[in-house]
Amino acid sequence: MAETPKIELRNICKSFGKKVILDNLNISVAKGESLVVIGGSGTGKSVMLKCILGLLKPESGQILIDGEDITNASGHRREQVLRKTGMLFQYAALFDSLTVWENVAFGLIQAHGMKRGPAKEIAIQKLSLVGLGADLADKRPAELSIGMQKRVGLARAIAAEPEIIFFDEPTTGLDPIMGDVIDTLIRDCTQDLGATTLTISHDMESAQKIADRIALLYKGNVVWAGPATDINTCGDPYVEQFVHGDVDGPIKVDILKP
Amino acid sequence: MEKNFLATIGRVFLVFMSAVGRITIFTGQSLRHCIVPPFYLRLLGKQFMDIGYYSLPVVGMTALFTGMVLALQIYVGSSRFNAESAVATIVVIGLTRELAPVLSGLMIAGRVGAAIAAEIGTMRVTEQIDALVTLSTNPFKYLVAPRLIAGMVTLPMLVLIGDIIGVSGGFLVSTEKLGFNPGNYLKNTFEFLEIRDVVSGLIKAGVFGFIVSLMGCYHGFNSTGGAQGVGRATTNAVVSSFVLILISDYFLTVLLID
Ligand SMILES: Nc1ncnc2c1ncn2[C@@H]1O[C@H](COP(=O)(O)OP(=O)(O)O)[C@@H](O)[C@H]1O
Ligand SMILES: [Mg+2]
Repeated sequence: MAETPKIELRNICKSFGKKVILDNLNISVAKGESLVVIGGSGTGKSVMLKCILGLLKPESGQILIDGEDITNASGHRREQVLRKTGMLFQYAALFDSLTVWENVAFGLIQAHGMKRGPAKEIAIQKLSLVGLGADLADKRPAELSIGMQKRVGLARAIAAEPEIIFFDEPTTGLDPIMGDVIDTLIRDCTQDLGATTLTISHDMESAQKIADRIALLYKGNVVWAGPATDINTCGDPYVEQFVHGDVDGPIKVDILKP
Repeated sequence: MEKNFLATIGRVFLVFMSAVGRITIFTGQSLRHCIVPPFYLRLLGKQFMDIGYYSLPVVGMTALFTGMVLALQIYVGSSRFNAESAVATIVVIGLTRELAPVLSGLMIAGRVGAAIAAEIGTMRVTEQIDALVTLSTNPFKYLVAPRLIAGMVTLPMLVLIGDIIGVSGGFLVSTEKLGFNPGNYLKNTFEFLEIRDVVSGLIKAGVFGFIVSLMGCYHGFNSTGGAQGVGRATTNAVVSSFVLILISDYFLTVLLID
């Protein structure tokens, strides 16, 4: 029998009003694996992450972490699960009433009961991992550029060295060099810490660098999933269209042609 | 036509009842987190400063001018039937039982209720509340409980100070402008004043402080849709605080009258 997957989504359905976002979605991520989910804007990639984290409730289906059904977990049980995870939000979602280092150290202090002194040291060390100097530690998030905010968000997500990390478009809005630094960092998270990561991305180059496996999301469903190395050679029409960025193909883009 | 009219009434009633239900659940959840540990003392201290200390000028000004105007108006009325000696008594009872708590409550609703709704609403639409959850921190404990406790505790303190300032305002106008004898005025002020006049005003203040914080948190928490949504939440928080303060004031007066 195969090992239980670290994260498993079974037949997840989620809609807002009449608008169906996720339609019988099945995804699983093995322990220590790096899965990258690609797909067009508005296909429900962020919604999928929020369902896993319990921020949104799917209408039906099951979410399992370490084989345990947590779809309806709440209170203490949900907190236990969340203690194992880290999340980078698409728009960073930093606490603007706190300083940069307090943001990074938030989970260490609140969830893991660490004292402020040692937590600050760890925060500064994590900031340096994402290319931010100690001089920024006492600034407010609003004083940083969006790319810097994103990197602080990344430092916050990995600060407590969680077993599972979710990255929502980690390199969007960064320059190519910093993008590469972040890709490498995510790679290291999986390889050195043994973390299981689920990354959302638009960027094919970065996806191939980070991923063990890639899944393509379209219309609330996975239309292709396979090893990262196969992405250029699989011959799947959806993948071909997405990789080459063609307008014509099975993926329909809802724009009005003149 | 008639059927349409009934349907409209029914719809409005349903919307109203579901709002009442949601607010009741929100209140229950908030109160539970006010009494179940862990507590965030650092945040509570900050809210005491924000809600209490920094509201002193507003409440002080309101009380001062209310006391001054009250003395003038009551003098006009009472001099018509030669009852000028009642001015001091009516000023102090009017202020402590009614005007200081209600007017302070309304001022605080404008100052604090709006600020709470705007801050929490912004945190909601920028996903900071989601980020709190993913860092294993309960937003009710972290955001709502400190504000509720601070509102409930500091408004009575402010009103007590307001009582003193308001009576002093009345005293100043009466002695300087209306020619009362200072000694007599003070004697009349305290002769018929009972402890329960002051206490009933402070109880009202506690309830109003609770209402203001609760409405700020509730509308902030449930705001959707960017800057416009936060604006709407702020307006709703202030308006609903006003209405609830005025309505509950009547029922509290009935309850506290004997
Ligand atoms: N809270 C919400 N309420 C209503 N609709 C939502 C909400 N969150 C997301 N959506 C809708 O779900 C769709 C997918 O959103 P999202 O997951 O953010 O897309 P993406 O794949 O670009 O991350 C979008 O069409 C969006 O309008
Ligand atoms: Mg997204």
